Amino acid sequence: MCKYFPIAALIDRVSAAMGRVAEYLVILACTISAANAFSRYAFSISSNAWLEIQWYSFGALVMLGAAETLKKNAHVRVDVFLSNMTTRQQIKVDIIGGLLFLLPATLILAYLSWPVFWNAWQLGEVSNNAGGLMRWPIKLCLPLGFLLLALQGISELIKRFAMLSGDLTADLHYERPLQ
Amino acid sequence: MIGHEVLAPLMFGGLVLFMLVGYPVAFSLAAVGLFFGLIAIAVGLFDFSFMQALPERVFGIMANEVLLAIPFFTLMGAILERCGLAEDLLDSLGQLFGPVRGGLGYAVILVGAILGAITGTVAASVIAMGLISLPIMMRYGYDMRFATGVIAASGTITQLIPPSLVLIVLADQLGRPVSEMYAGAWGPSLIQILLFCAYVLFISIVRPQWVPALPLSARTLSGWQLIKKCLRGIVPSIALIFLVLGTILLGLATPTEGGAMGVVGAVVLAVLQRQEFSSRGLLATWVGVTATVLVMLPELIAQGTQSIPGMASLGVFINSFRVELLVLAYACLLLVLAEVLWIAELRKMIQAAARSTMLITSMVIYILIGSTIFTLVFRGIDGDLWIEHILSVLPGGQVGFLVFVNAFVFVLAFFLDFFEIAFIIVPLLAPAAIKLGIDPVWFGVLLCVNMQTSFMHPPFGFALFYLRGIAPKEIKSSAIYWGAIPWVMLQLLMVGIVIAWPELVTKPLGQLDTPDTSGVQIEIPAADWTLSEPVKPESQ
Repeated sequence: MCKYFPIAALIDRVSAAMGRVAEYLVILACTISAANAFSRYAFSISSNAWLEIQWYSFGALVMLGAAETLKKNAHVRVDVFLSNMTTRQQIKVDIIGGLLFLLPATLILAYLSWPVFWNAWQLGEVSNNAGGLMRWPIKLCLPLGFLLLALQGISELIKRFAMLSGDLTADLHYERPLQ
Repeated sequence: MIGHEVLAPLMFGGLVLFMLVGYPVAFSLAAVGLFFGLIAIAVGLFDFSFMQALPERVFGIMANEVLLAIPFFTLMGAILERCGLAEDLLDSLGQLFGPVRGGLGYAVILVGAILGAITGTVAASVIAMGLISLPIMMRYGYDMRFATGVIAASGTITQLIPPSLVLIVLADQLGRPVSEMYAGAWGPSLIQILLFCAYVLFISIVRPQWVPALPLSARTLSGWQLIKKCLRGIVPSIALIFLVLGTILLGLATPTEGGAMGVVGAVVLAVLQRQEFSSRGLLATWVGVTATVLVMLPELIAQGTQSIPGMASLGVFINSFRVELLVLAYACLLLVLAEVLWIAELRKMIQAAARSTMLITSMVIYILIGSTIFTLVFRGIDGDLWIEHILSVLPGGQVGFLVFVNAFVFVLAFFLDFFEIAFIIVPLLAPAAIKLGIDPVWFGVLLCVNMQTSFMHPPFGFALFYLRGIAPKEIKSSAIYWGAIPWVMLQLLMVGIVIAWPELVTKPLGQLDTPDTSGVQIEIPAADWTLSEPVKPESQ
């Protein structure tokens, strides 16, 4: 499996970069929302573009951050049985889940959502709110996000197989996300 | 051929099976949905165009202003949990109440409630209280079961007290405004806090040796200094609570904006807590606070003191400078926020908070995406009718339904956490509840009270996990588990109280519809953008 490591490493780097973008989008959405509320209170000024940037950032941060979340093992699991399994069994759960659940689901969703973006791009679709934004950038996030997630799924599979064959030390530490 | 009546139970069973495997829930849900969608297409229950509705649903999740509040409140909590506010509060209130029998218990409950009203994360409260109060309780001979139980339960109140994330999610799922859920949750929150305090009092009478009073020598501060320290923790907390919840309930801000302002407030607090804080920043803070108070003054005058001669004209006088004062206040706010740029550690702290916010938001919304796919297909094969049919057999009308649902959710809470219950189970139950004439807000708050138990169930409860993670080795896991049980009972008692007394939830809702609230909400220009379904290309 070692020859596939560079691929996994490359995918991991892409996901990390996207995760970084998503982090800044959190701060961006927050700043704009607060600024909008303050300016409306004081000067009664507000704009649809500002409001739309907020949910664009939100959508983009969810879609782009999901791959990094998968890499960090931060998607929530039901660990009733998982917590009693051996490491090898846990690796096998991840391999089966990756092949049967994650990859088919993300690829089908990417396939289904591509036309949504393509239509918006071709028609130059614009929000129907006055002063609204172009629609294609946020619609692009759908197929892009699902595709990134599928890629990260492949990277995780490569790493899991390597763990099974002992080329990689298994670190499946799963901590339920903070809530 | 396979028909609806077989496919729906099969799909539900498939969901249970796939989730128990232990693969991330979001993808299991999506896979079950897509898999059964393909089967349904194959047997001709619906055609492929049905699946093309999926991306639009996912897009609808993103364009949902209510869900936007999730990252904001998470970020606010993540910043506050790193800035030492909880530690200050616990230290000062612990010293204040400590010399009373059971005093540390009251302090923990009170701090849990305050933290609950400003953040939304159970983990932060439990960890902070476990790290600070647990060692003190152990040193002075508190019963271990009692100590761990009160900490886990008080951290869990966060789930119920606005601005909790559960209430946002439930509002979205039940189709009610978040502000109504918040208004409805206040009554039960306060009753629960009182109930917890009453239990501490009860223990201090029945089992005084479990909750000894601290000797006065345990106080490092006394008199005026102690009061000052308490105020230092409480005053900013209350200001923050007002900034977030007050503006939402008064209708000045949407819940989303309330969250964003909460983040600003949290950053300001974090800046003020730092030693490096410059004198220029301090001056800016005082000028800003003064300007804000002056701006607020005319509204307060209009509220109460019209009878005092001259007050009304003072209000008019101040109002003529309203914009100037606000500009001054905002400039000061910017100056204080700019301090973040100078202090490297703060920058790093906010970056780390943004990172954990990103991970949590992505995780939560992906469960929603998965469950949306599942629900769409499940409804497509008439699974909702199947569930409704099962529930309609239940005897006892409203009460029978509620008792069954709560027992069901209580059992599920052993295995699932609240996001999973809210996203998967609630959409299945809500239509049946509404058909029975159950108020959705009441139903939501009731479920929220119930879902607190999912944090406290041995052996899978989150709050217990966190506590185990940070508790000293001398505390046995069994003590943590046994300690949780009386508090779970109290939470169940709360479920009974809310079922028996719906007015507790629904009464404040009537008062929400004051004219000034609705008047302000019209000002929000984009209130209609959730309605603008992006199904068709809207224009060229």
